[in-house]
Amino acid sequence: MSADKKSSEPLFSKKNKKLITDPLTDNNPVTIQVLGICSALAITVQVNQAIVMSLSVLFVIIMGNWIVSLLRNLIPSRIRIIVQLLVVASLVIIVDQVLAAFLPDLSAKLSVFVGLIITNCIIMGRLEAFAMANKPWPSILDGFGNGLGYGAILILVAVFRELFGSGTLMGIPIFGNALPGEESGLYAIGYQNNNLMILPPMALIIVGIIIWVQRSRNKALIEEH
Amino acid sequence: MALNKESNGFTFGFAIVLVVVLGVILASLAEGLKPLKEKNVRVKKQIDILSAMMDVEKEGIDRSNAETEFSKYVDLSQAVILNNAGEEVARGKEAFEVDIKKEYRDKNLEEKDKKFPLFIAKDKKSNETRYIIPVVGKGLWGPIWGYICLEEDMRTIQGVSFDHKTETPGLGAEINKPFFMDRWKTSQISNDAGDFQKYEVVKDNSGSTDPSKVDGITGGTITSKGVEEMVNRSLEIYSNYFKNINSK
Repeated sequence: MSADKKSSEPLFSKKNKKLITDPLTDNNPVTIQVLGICSALAITVQVNQAIVMSLSVLFVIIMGNWIVSLLRNLIPSRIRIIVQLLVVASLVIIVDQVLAAFLPDLSAKLSVFVGLIITNCIIMGRLEAFAMANKPWPSILDGFGNGLGYGAILILVAVFRELFGSGTLMGIPIFGNALPGEESGLYAIGYQNNNLMILPPMALIIVGIIIWVQRSRNKALIEEH
Repeated sequence: MALNKESNGFTFGFAIVLVVVLGVILASLAEGLKPLKEKNVRVKKQIDILSAMMDVEKEGIDRSNAETEFSKYVDLSQAVILNNAGEEVARGKEAFEVDIKKEYRDKNLEEKDKKFPLFIAKDKKSNETRYIIPVVGKGLWGPIWGYICLEEDMRTIQGVSFDHKTETPGLGAEINKPFFMDRWKTSQISNDAGDFQKYEVVKDNSGSTDPSKVDGITGGTITSKGVEEMVNRSLEIYSNYFKNINSK
């Protein structure tokens, strides 16, 4: 398998590199395809959570793409969606169990959202659209790119929400001490955290702003109606 | 090999093999990680109990040393299980195993069959006895729970730790913040005669002066009221127990 790939094209050919860079920019799964929004709303209150969630999705999508791609010539087409679902569900359970065993505090905070990775359209979408029709190596790259594109937006949104909602980044205070009675830094001169930032609607607004900025910079992304 | 992968036989065979393989992988993973996960749950409970009587972060207690630290403070052989009338029904380690969240939710369990554990701890500095009471109730969106630590006189609150599952961030979710939990300190659960006195979570800022009132959280009224209900329902049972053993 690896031999025939090497003879046909290098591991990081232009085409393969595009598989990673495209989802990061002009074909981002969140801002362009508008997939995976649900989890982008739910677990972007803190950067820590967003990072763990991104890594979980990255693992599931790479492994899922790889396994489905290996099996693609065997999977009977009538049950292919169920087979993909089985693979994704199993991977998600593995992630969930490992988190519960080794990172119990984060696992409790992420609660049901790790389980809900199963319903993340990005993963099923990549399995069906890419891994079912491509060799394992490009599939791994495709999964890596899409997982990274998803994670980048997630972490970006989380940075805004945690910074302005709680005044911290990864739990470290940025604007000073906000505790009533012992304010310091910005809080001492009357600054207050924006509670709206912590609520889910704000994630939607921030994603909207990112989409707006991205499309105004690259007019080709604006759809004709 | 002429394998018709669209035939019914192959489809069934493929599905069966895949399910069996994945099932074996997941089952062995779950079984392998089980001891770790059970330990995590136990350690979390120990930290929660300790955090009612002290600042666990300041004492340097975390998941890595919780089990040894816990046994230094809390003597589980002294722990008591009460019934809902405040009478002692059992004594010993099994108090730690009582799942009060589950019993609180269980609609088929009669009130008189519910168990109420009480943990007896020792403050290492003052060598005084501490009584730690677990509580559980309902917030606005989901369950809330906590531990209340009483001083040696069995009526003054030395500290509390509350937590919640899904209360509104910035509002009801603040019940697990120090500023709210500190408001409960030094207030008393019973009067001089040992009779239980109800707590009231108030909005008029009178909580700091009146020992049976606690200031609520602005914008978190329903969660605050949930805490009030939770604390009153549980403490009434325990104050009966304390009154009885004091009068003996």
